[in-house]
Parts: sequence; C-alpha cells; structure tokens
Amino acid sequence: MSLLRTEALKKHFGQTRAVDGVDFIVNQGEFLSLVGTNGAGKTTLVNLISAFLAPDSGRIFIGDRDITTASVHERIRAGIARSFQLVNLFDDLTVLDNVALAIFARERKTQRILAVAERDAAVTREASELLAAFGLAAKAAAPARGLAQGERKLLDVAVAYALRPKLLFLDEPTSGVSTRDKAQIMDTVSAVVRGGGITAVVIEHDMDVVFKYSDRVVVMHEGRFLADGPPEEIRRNSEVAKHLLGTDV
Amino acid sequence: MSRRQLGAAALVLIALALVPVLASTYQTQLLTYGLTLAIAALGFNLLLGYTGLLSFGHSAYFGAGAYAVALMMRYSGITSMELFILGGLLASAALAALFGVVCVRHTRIFFAILTLALSQVLWTLAYKFFWITGGTDGLRVPFAKLTLVGGLVSADQFDKFVDAYYYYVLAVFCICVALMWLIVHSPFGKTLQAIRDNETRARFLGVRIWRYRWLAFLLSGTFTGLAGILWVPLNGLTTPDVLYWPQSGKIVFFAVLGGFRNFTGPIVGAVIFNYLEVYAIAATEYWQLALGVVLIVLVTFLPAGIVGTAQRLAARSR
Repeated sequence: MSLLRTEALKKHFGQTRAVDGVDFIVNQGEFLSLVGTNGAGKTTLVNLISAFLAPDSGRIFIGDRDITTASVHERIRAGIARSFQLVNLFDDLTVLDNVALAIFARERKTQRILAVAERDAAVTREASELLAAFGLAAKAAAPARGLAQGERKLLDVAVAYALRPKLLFLDEPTSGVSTRDKAQIMDTVSAVVRGGGITAVVIEHDMDVVFKYSDRVVVMHEGRFLADGPPEEIRRNSEVAKHLLGTDV
Repeated sequence: MSRRQLGAAALVLIALALVPVLASTYQTQLLTYGLTLAIAALGFNLLLGYTGLLSFGHSAYFGAGAYAVALMMRYSGITSMELFILGGLLASAALAALFGVVCVRHTRIFFAILTLALSQVLWTLAYKFFWITGGTDGLRVPFAKLTLVGGLVSADQFDKFVDAYYYYVLAVFCICVALMWLIVHSPFGKTLQAIRDNETRARFLGVRIWRYRWLAFLLSGTFTGLAGILWVPLNGLTTPDVLYWPQSGKIVFFAVLGGFRNFTGPIVGAVIFNYLEVYAIAATEYWQLALGVVLIVLVTFLPAGIVGTAQRLAARSR
C-alpha cells in the first residue's frame, strides 16, 4: 500500500532539470534508499515533497490526500518529517530541549506561555527515552553546539523522529562522519525507525550502507529514475553500475 | 529555578525593600527610575535575546504607555494608577499588535529599520498634534493627583510619594520579572529561542514562525508600555522626547550593557545605565561622549555584557 505518491513531479532550475517528471511511490513500512550521483535530483525531490521548494508541475499525494500546495505546517500535520543534509539544530538549546521542542510542537503545546517547559513530565520523559534510544542520554543537558559530528547527525534524526511522522526523510544521515561512526549511526537509526514502525526514505551516497540497510533502492540520474528495486537487483543492474558505481557488472 | 538562585533573588528583594529606609529620597527616586527602565529592558530582551530580533523602535511603546497615562489624566480626570495601568497596557498592546503585523514579516536590518520608522511616525504625530499632546511642552502628570492601590495611598509631599511609589513600582517590577521568567522558560519561550537559533528547523517542526514572532513582539511592546506607564508619574511630565529614537537607543543600550543572552543582564543594564546617565550628566556637559565610550568599550571588550562576563568569569573560576 502506498503511503506517498508523486505524479509527473517536475522542478527545473533554468536549463537544469533537477527533477524531471518523476513518479515516486513510497510504500508503508519500508526503509527506502534514494541514491544517485551529485546533482541527480535526490535532495530536490525531498525538498519538493517536504515543501522546502514548490514544484513547477506535478502532484504529490500522501495516502489519498493531495498535498501539492500544502504548507510545511500542513505537510508535517499530514505526517511528513525530515532531517537535513547540513545538520540543522537549535545550537544554544540543550540536547534534551531540542527533542522536547519537537514533542511540544507535535502535541501543539508550543503556545503554552505560563507553564515551565521542564515541568511537563510527559514531554521530558518521552524526550529522555528518545535520547536513550538514539544513544544520546549522557549528553541530554549539554548544549547541542557541543556535540561531535556523529552525535549531531543522530540528534538531527532524533528531532525529526520526535514528531512521530508517518514518513521520515533522512538527507544523508552519515555524511561527514567516520566509517566507524557511519555503521553506528545507521544501526541506531535503522533500529529506532523500524522499531517505531515509521516509513523512512534515506538519501545516501555510501552504497555499502544502502545495500546493507534498505528494503528498496531507488536510483536517480539527471532528474529521473534510473532503477527501482530490492538491493540485490540494484547491485546487479548494469545501468546503475555504469552511472553510479563507475564499473561494469 | 535552583534553590541557590531563589536564595539570591530573595536577598536582592530584601535589599531593594530596605532602600527607602536606608537611602535618601533622591537615591530612592533614582532607583525607581531604574526599576521602571528595567521593565522596559525585560520586554525589549524578549525580542532581542530570546527571539533574535533587534528593535530600534521600542520608544514607541514606552511613549504609548506614558502618553496614555497623561491623556487619561488630562481628558478623563482619572487619578487611579491602576486604571492608568489598564488603559496604558491596552494602548501599548494595541500599538504593538498593529506595528508587529508590519514588522515581523521581516528580520535583521529590515526589521530594525521598520521598527525605527514606525516609532518616528508616532514621534512626529506627538510633535505635530500639539493641541492634543501639548507638542514640545508635553503633558503633565502631577504626582499629587495620583492615587495608588485603589485610592488607599496618595501623597501631597514629594518625598512621601517617592517612598510609596517606590514600593508600588517594586511590586510591579517583581510581578514582571516573575512573569517574564515564566514566559522564557515556557514551551512558548523555548520555541522563540528555537526560532532565533534556526528558523528553518523550527519551521520544519511545524512552528508557524510569523505567529510566534508577532506574539513575542506584542508581549515585548506591552512590557515596554508598562515601563512608560510607571515612568511618567515619577517624571511628572511626558514630551515627544520619549518617542524619539534616542529613547529606543537607550533601551538597546540597557540590553547591551547588562548582556542580552541571559535573563538578568538587561535588568542590571537598565539600572546601571540610569546611574551612569544621571552621574555623567552631572559630571560633564560631554556626557553623551562618555556614554558613547562606554558603549564602544562594551561592544569591543565585553560583548557578553556585565552579567554575561561575570557569569563567564565565575564559571572559569570554578
């Protein structure tokens, strides 16, 4: 059953066809990887779906609901959340506050003006549990700006996850971290996301990561889909090998 | 708030309560001015320190509060300070709500310029509509006509008025500090800080940025309006000067002097600035130059302000 569907989605920047009439389907419960070379259109596609950018044409559906013209706020209410390629945190807030804020936003409590945030036991407990699940419990009281890059990446995902979306887009969650940290981040993210029953779309460059963690892989090239299938099928695809891996099968 | 912080706050409050007993009328009056300005600084810092918006037009709300009191006294014959507060709060909140709609659609220099421009529109109106506002002569608010606490307190001698009014302002100041502390530690306050730190991420948590900035603007203007309301009976007169841009500059100065990235900084900054200004004016005709040098030294060597620097030094020594 499809959770998200796009129809002939298009976004051009001048002569550059960043996303060129893409029909994209994300099925309920899958862990999908979106791969492609730099400039293939992966991040633009996620930006269009998350309302960071407006499409030139085409439609976007979540379930049966057309969200093509919906605002960021409406798409989040519809169940779409995302993390960012460049880590986007509230650096002067504590690690716990970063996650708690997402929970307050989800619970529509952010307009509470005469209540101390820390005294909301339910939110603080959930935020603490979430940080423990992401391996960040020990850093809860530290300002977010003091975290190491791998921890920042994890917190970025945790903040998006705290919205409890139906569909979570993770834009390069392992970029800029060491090989050892990559495995740790993906183990954690995969376990938490799958455990929470959340559908995830991960933009990733590292094909070892892609093949290890994904249920399905979608390959983009010059704004279009080049291949779509299970990891083993993608691994054997000669077109993918040629354009993405730079080798012959 | 930790027990240590509560203890420190209680000690400060006891010391403040003893001022009229131990100090002269003049010193009590000076501190009353300082406390009213501290309320303006608290309000201003909700925008600068917690929302990341630098307003150069807060004289508008300070002046709106002051003029609301003066106009009510002149045209309606009201003498109750509580009614002045009510009327003044409504006037400054309405003005902040209106100006906020225009200003919070923008950030950085555009926001600052818009706030400045709007405040100067108000200054021009106060200056030109002299048959209502008294023009450069201003409007008088004589202390002898004023009644406090529902008419229970009034004073015909200035020293008695200053003592009574000091405690009145101190009580309002304490309420304002408690209220603002609650606001900045609430989910709303945390959301403002999130918007300040990373607007994009806040938007992608489903936060409607414009709405929160507008609410912060409204609260900020209303607090500053309250400062103007409390200030005018003490000053006895309001003139277009309170709406002019140097008044906005002073409010910015309070926050920079004390440090705008901590809660108590602007309060301390406002009180110290008040003393600095008064003694600089008494000491030299070049007092603006002296204050300018202080500002340059602050920005260059103590960007965290007095309280921010003290906190850093204390943290380093631990």
